[in-house]
Amino acid sequence: MLYESSPVAIAIFASFVLAVIGLSFWLGRKGQSAKGYYAAHGEIHWFINGIAFAGDYLSAASFLGICGMIAFHGFDGFLYSIGFLAGWIVALFVIAEPIKSLGKFTFADALDAKYNSRGIKLSVAISTLVVSIFYLIPQMVGAGDLIMPLLGLPHAVGVILVGVAVTLIVVTAGMVSTTWVQFIKGSLLVFFCGVLTSMILSRGLTVNTGSLEPQTRTVTPDGRVLVDGEPQTRNHDLRPVGTLAALPERYGDATTTGPLGPLEYLSILEDSRIVTWSGKKSTDSSGTHTVYTPTEKAGADLLKPGGYFKGLTTGKLADKLDFASLMLALFCGTASLPHILIRYYTVKDAAAARKSTVVGIAAIGAFYVLTLFLGLGAMTSGALDPTSTNMAAPLLAKSFSETLFALISAIAFTTVLGTVSGLIMAGSGAVAHDLVENVLGIPMNDDEKVRCGKIAAVGLGIVAMALGILFRNFNVSFLVGWAFNIAASANLPALVMLLFWPRTTKEGIIAAVTVGMLASLGWILLSADTFEKVYGLSRDASPVPFSQPGLVTIPLGFIVLIVVSLLTKAQPQGRPA
Amino acid sequence: MADNSVPGSEGPGRAARIGFGLFWIYVILYFGFIALVLFRPDILSSRPFGGVNLAIASGLGLIAAALLLSVVYMVACRMVESPGGNRR
Repeated sequence: MLYESSPVAIAIFASFVLAVIGLSFWLGRKGQSAKGYYAAHGEIHWFINGIAFAGDYLSAASFLGICGMIAFHGFDGFLYSIGFLAGWIVALFVIAEPIKSLGKFTFADALDAKYNSRGIKLSVAISTLVVSIFYLIPQMVGAGDLIMPLLGLPHAVGVILVGVAVTLIVVTAGMVSTTWVQFIKGSLLVFFCGVLTSMILSRGLTVNTGSLEPQTRTVTPDGRVLVDGEPQTRNHDLRPVGTLAALPERYGDATTTGPLGPLEYLSILEDSRIVTWSGKKSTDSSGTHTVYTPTEKAGADLLKPGGYFKGLTTGKLADKLDFASLMLALFCGTASLPHILIRYYTVKDAAAARKSTVVGIAAIGAFYVLTLFLGLGAMTSGALDPTSTNMAAPLLAKSFSETLFALISAIAFTTVLGTVSGLIMAGSGAVAHDLVENVLGIPMNDDEKVRCGKIAAVGLGIVAMALGILFRNFNVSFLVGWAFNIAASANLPALVMLLFWPRTTKEGIIAAVTVGMLASLGWILLSADTFEKVYGLSRDASPVPFSQPGLVTIPLGFIVLIVVSLLTKAQPQGRPA
Repeated sequence: MADNSVPGSEGPGRAARIGFGLFWIYVILYFGFIALVLFRPDILSSRPFGGVNLAIASGLGLIAAALLLSVVYMVACRMVESPGGNRR
């Protein structure tokens, strides 16, 4: 669908970006120490840090991706919400306090605290960079994708705008400004999603009888876009979709419910009938055609598992293992993401780390409950773009008012800013503190450490912009899944065994991080999903049985660590368990 | 189990044990839910409470349980870390 650029959205976004950059310059006006740059002096209040956790964690994939998946496929999108939140339990109960006690600036500090090994620092710094870059790409591509329809600017401009803004934020005041940007973004996101949800509930459910004629979008070999055989224009475009076909029988002839409570909303939707649309692609000499067709479904069928993860209903073992593997990676991945872990160094002690995680869980949990209502609200809003699941949340807002649309779009951009600044910060620490200072052994005074971190941040910002432009046509949801799988496979076994198995050796840690990272990356590159959607090959050509590697590569990391630790000499500080 | 405690204090060591116990409770809840999704989706389609189905109720329940357990953990840690808690 074609979108008109919104001057209000541009104004809101521009004022937000200028305000946070101004704030960053103000926060960075004084000279900085290394502790200030990398860890905000360890003086961030636990409540601020908790909301900043939400700002760091709730990426564009969480906001736009989950809402879109629920809007088009029903309950299965909510499974992502459940998995993303469950990961915080590992972070709080297993990782938070030890990582705070062991580390200083980076995740490598914590893993290396007992060994002082260059090998550990090198392997963990590389895994931090790999995970951060895989996480960065979808954020940058997402920024470009959003800016095109909403602000009427080219994709590359969106990527560069976000890249420059984030690099400025990180370089001016490091972790201090990053924290405040994430705090502001986290608060705005949860607050406005709450506002949007209350508007959905007060609007209730309304029967909407839109046209059910199939629609065809064609991209001709010379790049022109046709809709139902005619050139696409604002007046001749795909119709918005996603409607409620019928309310429960007890409503008789009534076509609207009026305001509803949250549980009442879900319950009535379950007894209603809903029209969802799906597209089927085909290619011939006249171009690539996607035919969008409607299907009327019972609400009860959309609100049970199996709408997106087809394997849940086919009964094939490989499909079930694929789903189990994804849910395991989501559970284990959160506590292994370097940009989340470094946030533990910004508070003063273990108790503050714990309290800030609880605040983070409350904010993130509330947000994920809201995503269910946003997704279902979009599903029946009659405003969905059949070509883009990612636009579900902004278009839902548009079904209420243009101003809300502008506001939600601007918040979607700030979502990218908050997460990208955390990732650049994590990468900057890995390059400057772990690689340059500790692995290469280049001695640096405090000022030089800060300068090196800032240079690394600028470098990473440029890399992020280049990758965002290069991967423009890449399916972004893959990359977030990749990042979680790689983080969980490379980092979690080492982190957990270091804390809970006294016979862990430095060789075991290096082997687990390296094997976990390479095995998960290799598995993903050989998976059926990648064969089909990235290489354009047949799914059957893939040599691995299912696409998500976590179920195999996370246990593999543990096994490698145990075997290598047993084969190498135990460290003398080992104590009886 | 590795001792992550701060020297001279029993607090964090005991806090870690409490955290571990709560962690396993959540592991059972989470993977129990995943097992139902995988093997008995029919149970999740049922509506034992009349209103929302068990899939939505248990999803919302898992989010609520995460928050509840984390608050229990925070309160328990405060108790074991208080001077009285250390002497117990």
